[in-house]
Amino acid sequence: MSTIVSLPDQATAKLPRKSYLNEEYGIKSWLLTGDHKRIAMLYLMSITFFFVIGGMLAGLIRLELLTPPSDLMATDTYNKVFSMHGIIMIFLFLVPSVPATIGNFLIPLMVGAKDLAFPKINLLSWYLYVIGGIIILAAMVLGGVDTGWTFTTPLSTHYLNTHVVTAAMGIFFAGFSSIFTGLNFIVTVHRMRCPGMTWFRLPLFVWGHYATSIIMILGTPVLAITLVLVALERTINIGVFDPTKGGDPLLFQHLFWFYSHPAVYIMILPGMAVISEVISTFSRKRVFGYTAVAFSSVAIAVFGFLVWEHHMFIMGVSQYSALVFSLLTMLVAVPSAIKIFNWSMTLYKGSITFETPMLYAFGFIGLFTIGGLTGIFLATLGMDIHLTETYFIVAHFHFVMVGGMLMAYLAGIHFWWPKMTGRMYPEGISKVSAIVTFIGFIVTFFPQFLLGYLGMPRRYAAYPPDFQVLNVFSTAGASILGIGYLLPMLYLPWSLIYGKIAGNNPWQATGLEWQIQSPPLTENFTEIPVMDHEAYDYEWLANKTQHEVQTVG
Amino acid sequence: MSEKIDPEHQEQHIVGPPVYLTILLCLLVLTAITTGVAFIDLGVFNAVIALAIACLKASLVVLFFMHIKYSSRLLKMTVLAGLFTFMLLLTLTMTDYISRAWGMW
Repeated sequence: MSTIVSLPDQATAKLPRKSYLNEEYGIKSWLLTGDHKRIAMLYLMSITFFFVIGGMLAGLIRLELLTPPSDLMATDTYNKVFSMHGIIMIFLFLVPSVPATIGNFLIPLMVGAKDLAFPKINLLSWYLYVIGGIIILAAMVLGGVDTGWTFTTPLSTHYLNTHVVTAAMGIFFAGFSSIFTGLNFIVTVHRMRCPGMTWFRLPLFVWGHYATSIIMILGTPVLAITLVLVALERTINIGVFDPTKGGDPLLFQHLFWFYSHPAVYIMILPGMAVISEVISTFSRKRVFGYTAVAFSSVAIAVFGFLVWEHHMFIMGVSQYSALVFSLLTMLVAVPSAIKIFNWSMTLYKGSITFETPMLYAFGFIGLFTIGGLTGIFLATLGMDIHLTETYFIVAHFHFVMVGGMLMAYLAGIHFWWPKMTGRMYPEGISKVSAIVTFIGFIVTFFPQFLLGYLGMPRRYAAYPPDFQVLNVFSTAGASILGIGYLLPMLYLPWSLIYGKIAGNNPWQATGLEWQIQSPPLTENFTEIPVMDHEAYDYEWLANKTQHEVQTVG
Repeated sequence: MSEKIDPEHQEQHIVGPPVYLTILLCLLVLTAITTGVAFIDLGVFNAVIALAIACLKASLVVLFFMHIKYSSRLLKMTVLAGLFTFMLLLTLTMTDYISRAWGMW
């Protein structure tokens, strides 16, 4: 099969003598660093840690649901397990996954800057993340929290005696960490673009992260304050959500989903940003409709704030209001479809090759499309009454978040691994893991659509025996999926020592980050780059390469 | 204005102590008014007045203490973006609260 990978001659190739990895040594040089690339690595290690914990909790959930009665754990424990799975996966893995690791690493490189605008705030954001993570872990170890990740009132404020306040505090910290990341990205993109790097020459990766950062900054404070209100309601009974004191439990839902729906776009937009880069590189074409894709990111960020009530259709909100939100929800499908269609058009007549990141990207397109389209079922008012709070919802958002975002995250990690570490991951086994992940995913979550449609509610440890066959499928799929995620955790560290030397630009990609050494210098660029061509200009790259060969020869 | 404003290199507007003291005084007076009004029973208008004064105070802090009055248009827009999002939250939430009882009487 054809490939675009071009590695230097392994007999003579060497890693660069100096890079951000060996500029300084010792634990202090990492924990006190201001270098965006080192902070990205710190984030990478910490989110992987939390992903493993969240993944093990997911394993426990699937194991419990293997049989109809609740026999593996007590129902209370089950509530705690799925709550912690949600809290950890959303706030400690999905939200920071791409922006804080790949985004942190690449945004300065892509805009041609030496670092992010506020390196110390960047480091602070990692510390806040770690503090938030430790608090959430503490809540888990001390006895857990069983509100579900949504902290629904009045359950969370009046009826539970678990560690609600502790978990809320952890999320509060993690929230500020993502506000700081967003702030850093926005200022960097506005102020630190290199000469010639106009807004419409920015890689779509940067556009996606810009849109994400807008949501992070405008949405996260609302969540933070809402959780503070829950804490105050629990501790001093202020009565914002308590009807006997003039409050309204639905007000919590409004405030919570005002953040948490846009948060879905915090999770998916960076994934889409990765996919734009990967699709373009492996089909050797400029992304079709660059401007449309760029603006669709911003449109998703804006529309994302207008649809939150669709989480509340059955909770007793006004029918008229629900009608408005149902329509607005359908509108979000437009910018998402623009992206999917434009990626497909990018593939059309492209010179496509099937390296691992591209396989993950294909997985993303397929799974995200299923996830997105089932979202339209749920946005439809009549259908929603039947499907909401069933496994249909669980399948829907796992298709978007895990099938979409996690695929994109792995695509990104594989795509930029040679840039981050200077070494290639092993191509054969990584292709296997991409395919195993895809198959495992479908087997795990597709039966859940059927289960939900048949009426199996979410968040219960027991279910009628009629549902067992599909649940067994789902649990079996989860074990395949687990292997798919385990493989990269084994071969990526292996490749740090035994991987082939990647050279500057193994994919023949056009971004500024590929024109410098891998792994990059601490200062990123030896001289300030000048952007004199459009993004994804493969002709420019071909000319440049030819020129280099002639000069050397 | 013909020259492009560069936020990193534009001249810093220096605000002297008199301005800060005046604003501080205004804030204290407004706080006193809020407290005073709380003792008079005005029905629904108690909340309206308290919120109006709170908004005025917040605007003073943002404009003068946070220097937004003297900042570039980009920064002003950034602040307005926050305000705009907040208005979105209020308006769309109100679509629920206003119409929740329609057709139920």
